[in-house]
Amino acid sequence: MNATLAQPSSGRQSSGAGHRRAAARAAARPAVLGTGQTHHRSKRPDVSIAGLCREAVDRALADAGLGLGDIDAVVVGKAPDLFEGVMMPELYLADALGATGKPLLRVHTAGSVGGATGVVAASLVQAGLHRRVLAVAFEKQSESNAMWALSIMPPFSMPLLAGAGGYFAPHIRSYIRRSGAPAHIGALVAVKDRRNGARNPYAHLRQPDITLESVQASPMLWDPVRYDETCPSSDGACAVVIGDQAAAEASARPVAWIRATSMRTEPTMFAGKDNVNPRAGADAAAALWARAGISSPIDEIDVAEIYVPFSWFEPMWLENLGFAAAGNGWKLTQAGETEIGGRIPVNPSGGVLCSNPIGASGLLRFAESAMQVMGTAGEHQVPDAKTALGHAYGGGSQYFSMWVVADSPG
Amino acid sequence: MTEPAAAPPSAPLSAPLSAPLEISFDYTRSLGPVLSQFMTGLAQRTIYGSRGVDGRVYAPPAEYDPVTFGPPADLVPVGPAGTVLTWSWQPEPREGQPLGRPFAWALIRLDGADTAMLHAVDAGSAALMSTGMRVRPRWAAERHGHICDIECFEPEADGPVLTGNGQQAASQSAGVPGMDGRPVTMMTTPVRLHYQHTASAEESRYLRALQAGKLTGQRCPACGKVYIPPRGACPVDGVPTATDVELPDTGIVTTFCVVNVPFHGQRIPSPYVAAQVLLDGADIAFQHLILGCEPDEVRMGMRVRAVWKPAAEWGTTAENISHFEPTGEPDAPYDSYARHL
Repeated sequence: MNATLAQPSSGRQSSGAGHRRAAARAAARPAVLGTGQTHHRSKRPDVSIAGLCREAVDRALADAGLGLGDIDAVVVGKAPDLFEGVMMPELYLADALGATGKPLLRVHTAGSVGGATGVVAASLVQAGLHRRVLAVAFEKQSESNAMWALSIMPPFSMPLLAGAGGYFAPHIRSYIRRSGAPAHIGALVAVKDRRNGARNPYAHLRQPDITLESVQASPMLWDPVRYDETCPSSDGACAVVIGDQAAAEASARPVAWIRATSMRTEPTMFAGKDNVNPRAGADAAAALWARAGISSPIDEIDVAEIYVPFSWFEPMWLENLGFAAAGNGWKLTQAGETEIGGRIPVNPSGGVLCSNPIGASGLLRFAESAMQVMGTAGEHQVPDAKTALGHAYGGGSQYFSMWVVADSPG
Repeated sequence: MTEPAAAPPSAPLSAPLSAPLEISFDYTRSLGPVLSQFMTGLAQRTIYGSRGVDGRVYAPPAEYDPVTFGPPADLVPVGPAGTVLTWSWQPEPREGQPLGRPFAWALIRLDGADTAMLHAVDAGSAALMSTGMRVRPRWAAERHGHICDIECFEPEADGPVLTGNGQQAASQSAGVPGMDGRPVTMMTTPVRLHYQHTASAEESRYLRALQAGKLTGQRCPACGKVYIPPRGACPVDGVPTATDVELPDTGIVTTFCVVNVPFHGQRIPSPYVAAQVLLDGADIAFQHLILGCEPDEVRMGMRVRAVWKPAAEWGTTAENISHFEPTGEPDAPYDSYARHL
């Protein structure tokens, strides 16, 4: 302080140079340098939570051709603590994530947390604070019971909570009524996603032989949502390495340039809340497209990884994101346009309907979108994918996070 | 039904309502290779530390080397005796703590280790605790592969090191993981949380009105929307809501689902209809139960009325209304409630 006061001009110069460097980096694009994920399963009794995360981290670093020593900061995301009963797991995970001596930050936005974790990591790079940031998200559902954790009955209220399905099923009914969608659209999504999952070696549910008839014959859990239209309960983790423009240009491997990110929030319940087409999601999408310079998403996005925990959310989010006009999302599904090879392939990985380690599910959408434009999606690669959307939502359709990635900096 | 505790008799009627909320779950932990060896060792009365690449021995073991972040070089037995580096006296032990009588929490560096582990020391009194004192583990008779297999540590000066009656312990423990040589790969972590849940001032007034058989909401002075239960502030306009509005116990089902899935903690047996009920004059629906017809007869827009429990059973709870049932009136037209979906 005194030194600065004694030498005001040199202090200003130093500060100015710092600002210029930061500004130069801020103007640069961040990029995904590598992605990694676990083989998602209903139970991974062979590893601890730390070991589960580390599998994803090691794969992401290998994909990026980097080591933990190349990482400058770590951002970790997971669903609410009650889901695993570990308070502040980020503290005990510091060694496993290689975070000792580096900034370690936890993000917490319910089910959208994986997406928000990716956005925060990208923001740290874009702000010029760090060259390479590791984003990690995880969930070990087998250690707890998410349905129980989402159905805690506080005093004075009606004990009617019945997990995420009990919360979302009435809003799905509202969508069907409002859009006039045929009753089998949800089953079509389930068939498509589960068959896609069969192409994804990391997917938890891989069901190449599933049919419309078998989905429609599965038990009704939360009418109108059937068993086969519901996400599984998974153990899994996902990691993404995000670097600045210099790091991306120095990489010998394909990268996914992050063209834009966006997050929005709204209350879970208020008079006038549109539970079918939430304003926070629509606003987040509008901001995302504007930042990415996209005027017609369905024409300019080659593939979308969208957070669809119950099958009907595919048409609902297609509308909310602006791929279709309100009430018309189901027509894209019905016409097969959301299959690989369609106009807007949705969830070629199989999506949340095939793998749902809740805390990681959002980051998996972001990672899978990056894999598509990096050309590393293997059997579920969408041919010639150049621009992709990653999307997540959480809470009672309360948090939204999304990004657009592309094969060139733009 | 549990009777929510009212405010203490001496408290004014405006005091917020408060009641206990208990949450408990037996979480399971898959241990992974390093902690599996540590827990298996505990069941067999051996404490393992991990040797880091820097030559230091970490006890309890680090799953990942603190310097290289790789797997530890190897695990080595440490202790079992050690030295107290620092401590804090626990004069009134709480539920779930290692001992039921006053004890010390201590950071104990086991012989051969370079780091300290936290455990309890059963010293009898704080006067007998000191930094630098020597302690040794007291093993639990029944061991399952858990940190509580060390019941506690005790001052070494109390007598010769007790290793326990190994043969007796082995004969008692046939089939127990770890004690019979099989690796311990899982452990259970019971979590018991005791909250005191306090309603807001507005919700408390709403609940007291419910106890008198009345449904009371509040109107936002800016947008005019009526909220029930009232929140004290409009979430859209951010202004206080002070005007009470008494609402009838009739309304419509805006939307609903039929819950067929049974789950842990469920209090209403499935199948049941969980509906969004919009009272006449309200601008936001709340969730309630629909009975009085088959689940497949419930419709969006169906007119319903509250079925109250007998007045003698009323308390400060939404459960005073047992459920809603169809009134038999014609359904509300879709356009009349479309904006509430």
